[in-house]
Amino acid sequence: MKQFTYTITDPVGIHARPAGLLVKAAKAFSSAITIERNGKSAAATKLMALMSLGVKAGDTITVTVEGTDEEAAAAGMEKFLQENL
Amino acid sequence: MKVATGKSILKGIAIGPLRIYRKKAAEARRASVLSPAEELARFESARREAQEQLGALYDKALDEVGEDNAAIFEIHQMMLDDEDYVDAVKSIIETQGATAEYAVSTTGENFAAAFAAMEDSYMQARSADVKDISRRVVNILTGSEQGDVQGEEPAILVADDLTPSETVQLDKSKLLGFITRHGSSNSHTAILARTMNIPALIGVDFDESWDGRLAVLDGYNHCVYIDPAPELLSAMEAKHRSDLEQEALLQGLKKKPNVTLDGTEIQVYANIGSAGDVGLVLQNDAQGIGLFRSEFLYLDGSDYPTEDQQFAVYKRVAETMAGKKVVIRTLDIGADKQADYFGLDHEENPALGYRAIRICLTRRDIFKQQLRAILRASAFGSVSIMFPMIISVREVRDAKEILEECRRELKAQGAAMGEVEIGIMIETPAAVMIADELAEEVDFFSLGTNDLSQYTLAIDRQNPKLDTFYDPHHPAILRMIRMTVEAGHRHGCWVGICGELGADPALTETFLRMGVDELSVSPSAILPLRKRIRSLDLTKSGE
Repeated sequence: MKQFTYTITDPVGIHARPAGLLVKAAKAFSSAITIERNGKSAAATKLMALMSLGVKAGDTITVTVEGTDEEAAAAGMEKFLQENL
Repeated sequence: MKVATGKSILKGIAIGPLRIYRKKAAEARRASVLSPAEELARFESARREAQEQLGALYDKALDEVGEDNAAIFEIHQMMLDDEDYVDAVKSIIETQGATAEYAVSTTGENFAAAFAAMEDSYMQARSADVKDISRRVVNILTGSEQGDVQGEEPAILVADDLTPSETVQLDKSKLLGFITRHGSSNSHTAILARTMNIPALIGVDFDESWDGRLAVLDGYNHCVYIDPAPELLSAMEAKHRSDLEQEALLQGLKKKPNVTLDGTEIQVYANIGSAGDVGLVLQNDAQGIGLFRSEFLYLDGSDYPTEDQQFAVYKRVAETMAGKKVVIRTLDIGADKQADYFGLDHEENPALGYRAIRICLTRRDIFKQQLRAILRASAFGSVSIMFPMIISVREVRDAKEILEECRRELKAQGAAMGEVEIGIMIETPAAVMIADELAEEVDFFSLGTNDLSQYTLAIDRQNPKLDTFYDPHHPAILRMIRMTVEAGHRHGCWVGICGELGADPALTETFLRMGVDELSVSPSAILPLRKRIRSLDLTKSGE
């Protein structure tokens, strides 16, 4: 299992479009990717659940990756977050 | 006549009959006569069809309103693929023996309610998206068509709510404007209305009796007049016509250079009084901001704005202008612009009193705070500094020295800064007379013709009794402008005009012949000025 935290800088937070892109990025890996904020968590492959977390600018999220390609998945997700959120 | 108010999405006017938009609420029968497996198959096939429709809508929107706004249909496609959503629909079909349309409709309501309950207004607005995708699938399942909801005649559409996909599907040639009861200014529909340039009001409480009645939607005043009185109607028609003329001018002149028929070019910049005006600057296609009056930062508050507060505003303007020149005039307070917390004494003759650079050079703490904020913002765009009310070389040198001091301090703190041009306002006869010496000190001049006229002619512009004596084109003023331009050019300075005279079409040719490099005018005057410039031919002896 791999885990890292990331603080959102996008002024709107995890809004619809980046959430959609995040789902696409997460689906490219076979590992289970979970995003957690303030005790609520959602699978990174589930768009509406992800949006329902209500992640805003300045929030810190914890990303947990578990599976056969977790190294690559964690690196990929971190890069995605830095570039998009 | 009846007036109803709401929140305006776009400053514009629409005049025409109201038409209430009735959504075909497809009946979703609950009990199914089919087996769950058959209902699941119906759902899957309807979902595929909805995906195809959304793909087609994406292409249409891409064409009409651009990629950013088309993205909503991609989001809708992803929402329809959402595992939780699909699982919820399937579960209702399987456990309740319900029809696919009932399952979709119920799931849509549940998810929409979850979004609506969120604190964030952006997320609340997503509730409409979930309803939208659900309605699409239900309509496919029940064979309902949206049908011709707009009627034959162009009308102002009135609806409880309009989804983004409904908005894009509307026939623009029959859509004068729209009014909704719900929705937020953040919603995609609102964004689309702005992009499509359609006047719209949201949050309006309407009733069925409005259908078919004549109305004026006044986006400037956030209201709608039903059965407008004749005098109001004709006033609004005139305003609407002038809007359309301005719009036509805008479309025809946007992205065109400010160049005369014989090829002489001049820069046309905008004057702004707050960060919020930047939208207008870009909308009217200004090449830069020639005068950013920084006073509003001081006049709006009850205490001195902090360096960080100022920095945030300057940075935002510099960033939004994306590399185009932004000339920030340092604090020009005093005279008719007063802020209580400055504790300025009452003066008998404030126009000739303790104001502008005179305050800045004696109250250096305030001045330095502003200069530091501007220098820090210079890392984010093309920022220039301009000092007002200059009468001597000494003042310019002092101001520059303080600026250098700020630069050194910021550098020591490791702050990022960009290249900053330094200029002064030429608005006193003294500055005109010593323009050669002043030009040695700076990169540019900007003529403040309002104060220059008042000081040169000794006429108070506020006093209506003096109107008969006042000649805005007085030869003394025009000669002063010429002297300033010539002195500036002798020393490699560019010279602009940021006072009211800059926008006077009767003087545009005179200024071009003098070799004025830039005119900075209010945003709404930019395109009319461009039109004037493009009609002139300096090779023909005019005047």
